[in-house]
Amino acid sequence: MKKTGAQILCESLVKEGVEVIFGILGGAVLPIYDTFPQYPQLRHILVRHEQGAAHAADGYARVTHKAGVCIATSGPGATNLVTGIANAYMDSAPLVAITGQVATPVIGKDAFQETDITGITIPIVKHNYLVTDVAELAKTVKEAFHIAQTGRPGPVLIDIPRDVQQAQKDFVYPDKLDLPGYRVVSRGHPAQIKKAAKLINEAEQPVIIAGRGIIISQAYDGFKEFAEKAQIPVAHTLLGLSSFPGNHILDLGMMGMHGTPCANMAVQNADLLIAIGMRFDDRATGNTKEFAPHARVIHIDIDPAEIGKNIPTEVPVVGDIKNVLTALNEQIERKEHVAWLSQIEQWRYGHPSLEIRQSDELLPQYIIQQIYEATQGDALVVTGVGQNQMWAARYFVYTKPNSLISAGGLGPMGFELPAAMGVKVGCPEEVVWCVAGDGGFQMTIQELATLTQENIAVKIAIINNGYLGMVRQWQELFYGRRYVDTKLWNPDFVKIAEAYDIPGLRVTRREEVIPAIQKAMEYPGAFLIDFLIEPEENIYPIVPPGESLARFFEPSKPEVLEGKL
Amino acid sequence: MTNTKHTLVALVEDKPGVLNRIASLFRRRSFNIQSLAVGGSEHPGLSRMTTVVVGDSAQVEQVRKQLEKLINVVKVSDITEEDMVARELALIKVKATASTRSEIMQIVDIFRANIVDVAPGSLTVEVTGDEDKLDSLLGLLRDFGIKEVSRTGRIALTRGSSS
Repeated sequence: MKKTGAQILCESLVKEGVEVIFGILGGAVLPIYDTFPQYPQLRHILVRHEQGAAHAADGYARVTHKAGVCIATSGPGATNLVTGIANAYMDSAPLVAITGQVATPVIGKDAFQETDITGITIPIVKHNYLVTDVAELAKTVKEAFHIAQTGRPGPVLIDIPRDVQQAQKDFVYPDKLDLPGYRVVSRGHPAQIKKAAKLINEAEQPVIIAGRGIIISQAYDGFKEFAEKAQIPVAHTLLGLSSFPGNHILDLGMMGMHGTPCANMAVQNADLLIAIGMRFDDRATGNTKEFAPHARVIHIDIDPAEIGKNIPTEVPVVGDIKNVLTALNEQIERKEHVAWLSQIEQWRYGHPSLEIRQSDELLPQYIIQQIYEATQGDALVVTGVGQNQMWAARYFVYTKPNSLISAGGLGPMGFELPAAMGVKVGCPEEVVWCVAGDGGFQMTIQELATLTQENIAVKIAIINNGYLGMVRQWQELFYGRRYVDTKLWNPDFVKIAEAYDIPGLRVTRREEVIPAIQKAMEYPGAFLIDFLIEPEENIYPIVPPGESLARFFEPSKPEVLEGKL
Repeated sequence: MTNTKHTLVALVEDKPGVLNRIASLFRRRSFNIQSLAVGGSEHPGLSRMTTVVVGDSAQVEQVRKQLEKLINVVKVSDITEEDMVARELALIKVKATASTRSEIMQIVDIFRANIVDVAPGSLTVEVTGDEDKLDSLLGLLRDFGIKEVSRTGRIALTRGSSS
């Protein structure tokens, strides 16, 4: 029996196991939406802006380990997806973005709401398609999901002209793929693994740099065994947090610009770096010329193009991290590294910037710490971008695998709310905390309506300092305290939440923090807390841009610093 | 490391937009290409692309690996160090008068090039060879006055029976 292109699309999505689609309709996707009632197994979540659809699908993908799906109409609908697609690309999240396109006869005629979205997205997708023949549609969807979800995951966009959605064709879902140019190396080369094991066994001051690849590969157990067997301390990239228990004796926390002194000092003094599923981003490495000057480098990654891209590598191992670590664990020796680990313990303590001041001020570090205490780490934390993100990265202890969902590479403010929405939809049983900045929150604030309409119980903590806080911090430190256009007039966020039928609380004092968090946790639905924090609180330490990781800066005001984290 | 010319040969799917993806990659990653030539190959549905890239070997290896990541690119080899045949074609329209015509034809003969068009004030020369040969011919013809030049960029294959 013949089916329309729209039905073929839905049938194919069902075949791929899709359960949720985030999107907004418009003229060029009307045939698809008109078909949705025939497929009740596909839950459509109507968002309020296409950027929200892409971030939600991204958040959903990161916690479910399967492709998130978003859909938008042609032209402005498609261009509004761009930020979300770019973000998924930078952070290797599997995303399938479906866009409507004007009908094939008018493509290239500058028709109403026509945009060359395949052209626009070439640099920010793993692959994309413009489907001009309904006979190609099922095959295209199959390829798109395969490409998005395998190897190094990433976004794939499928642009479907309106007449292709309406054209008719028999539905046959192909059982084979024809992708001669797409290969995934799954197992590491045995000779490379042997070389890597030799370096690891000989090292005296080794450090692991753990990236998000460990989480993508779901290699938590093999990774823990690896670090423990060889007694190698673990520094994390931002997105590598929650790949290894944050309360483990070998855990050093986050490295990089706002990393912990012990992570940065360990990396800079290492004689061997074992970089796993990470890409030597500049925020993690600082000045690459002065990066880890004494270290030989082993780099394990599934993407061969990451090897040697930013940092010269002595022993590359290309493959799926889970497989590579399983093989490595058989060849590495049990070690103790007593001297090295005791040296690292000395770097761990005595840094005032790590400690939360005893103060009457409402401090963001304390808020994050109390969210951790209230949840005991059994929560998924979704952050915005900026100071709120760094405080969330540093003061929550990530003991649960894959419990930090953050936009690392692109850094789009406004990621937090829609992404948290997608995370909660993907993991309805989990407690989901959205840690937002007051600036970023207003970039996607309209998704509060989606939370209410779809009954998505996200707990929102706005870390409200009345500034674009990270930029203000840079103005303070690097631009002579000239706060040009970083001060924000903000609306009453509690009233805004109420208008969206979401209860909320404003917290201005330290003693209100714990009761407010408790109240949010006890409430069955979405809940918002507006924390009015000390406006000029900074995140420290900071490695100034372009400096070596060893040159982290922290304020020396020990008289106001009491108590340890 | 020193910058040198590298010859990359790629098999790419013959599909709409593939050249755009490749060009976009070069631009986005700030890779410096000197020439790019693409045409049919022995495989139906696949084209062979030859590109000359300038950079040190680490940069060129990055180019090669980034190209291989493109879904429509099947295989990329850096054949610079291999024994290869590399050729380029040029069409050169040169000013010619009754007094210079025979001198130009002599030069063309020495280079085993061909005259493919004759007009009252000009000759059009077709020449094949490596870049040095084409550059030398162009240098000699420049004295007569060059009206137009069109060059294809390098195409290359490795020598021997292996593919």
